[in-house]
Amino acid sequence: MSITSREFWTLVHGMGLGALFLLSFAGGLAGLWSLRPEYLTNAGMHERLGRLHWGVSIMAVICWLTVISGTWIVYPWYRAKPPEGATNLAAFPRSFLMANEALARWHSFGMEWKEHVAWLSPFIVTAVAFVVLRYRERLATNDKMRQTMINLFILSFVLAGIAGALGALITKAAPIH
Amino acid sequence: MADSTPRMTDGAAAAAVVASGIGALSMGLLTTGAELSTGLKTALTLNAGVGPLSGKTIFATVAYIVSWIILHTLWKDKDVDFGRKATLTAVLLAGAVLLTFPIFFQALAGE
Repeated sequence: MSITSREFWTLVHGMGLGALFLLSFAGGLAGLWSLRPEYLTNAGMHERLGRLHWGVSIMAVICWLTVISGTWIVYPWYRAKPPEGATNLAAFPRSFLMANEALARWHSFGMEWKEHVAWLSPFIVTAVAFVVLRYRERLATNDKMRQTMINLFILSFVLAGIAGALGALITKAAPIH
Repeated sequence: MADSTPRMTDGAAAAAVVASGIGALSMGLLTTGAELSTGLKTALTLNAGVGPLSGKTIFATVAYIVSWIILHTLWKDKDVDFGRKATLTAVLLAGAVLLTFPIFFQALAGE
């Protein structure tokens, strides 16, 4: 039993960084949602903010690392061109998918959407992290700003979730070895 | 909880939020633009292995950072009507999602 370095980096990108971002979303959302003065004492606010600003900051870093590792490490293996006349395309996932009419949409729709939509997420979650860090307890008393952060946080999760789900399905159809 | 925190202007938050919309929309415009223009697609290929995605991601990130710096400098000490800026960001993000959706950009390119 062994894994290649390509399989290792695919795991780091998808099951490591990507999954960590998606799994930590619920904690961040709960923190933002309950950041209201009527729910918290001063001590509770202080404790909650500490966790929230570390949580969203780490999520923003993880989100950037996920898209950077996906684009600059894993994606070149996915889109590598096979040598002229190659008949076994197993090591060239994009070409493998495109050569099979039943699988071609995994590239022309699935990967085309994944590779672009994933990059919207770090911009959004970084903005949320910045506002949480800068405004701290003021966020609790500004309903409009807190609600906007919640909406943006959910959007960043949905977009990352689309990219993650498509990545898992594409890897199932054409694994990177 | 007693509200004893000094007030802070909303400009810095608005700058961060609008910049995220600008970065995202830049990604969308470059994605659809590369489908419509072979010249742009070639110009965006900054790395042969990554292809045009290399330029799209780098230029969108630059647009995000530069717009954030500019807006932050302009708005950080002001109240700029956060609600309106959030609405503007929603429009920018909706455009970004549409412009990165393959069925949309492939239809525009006649594929």
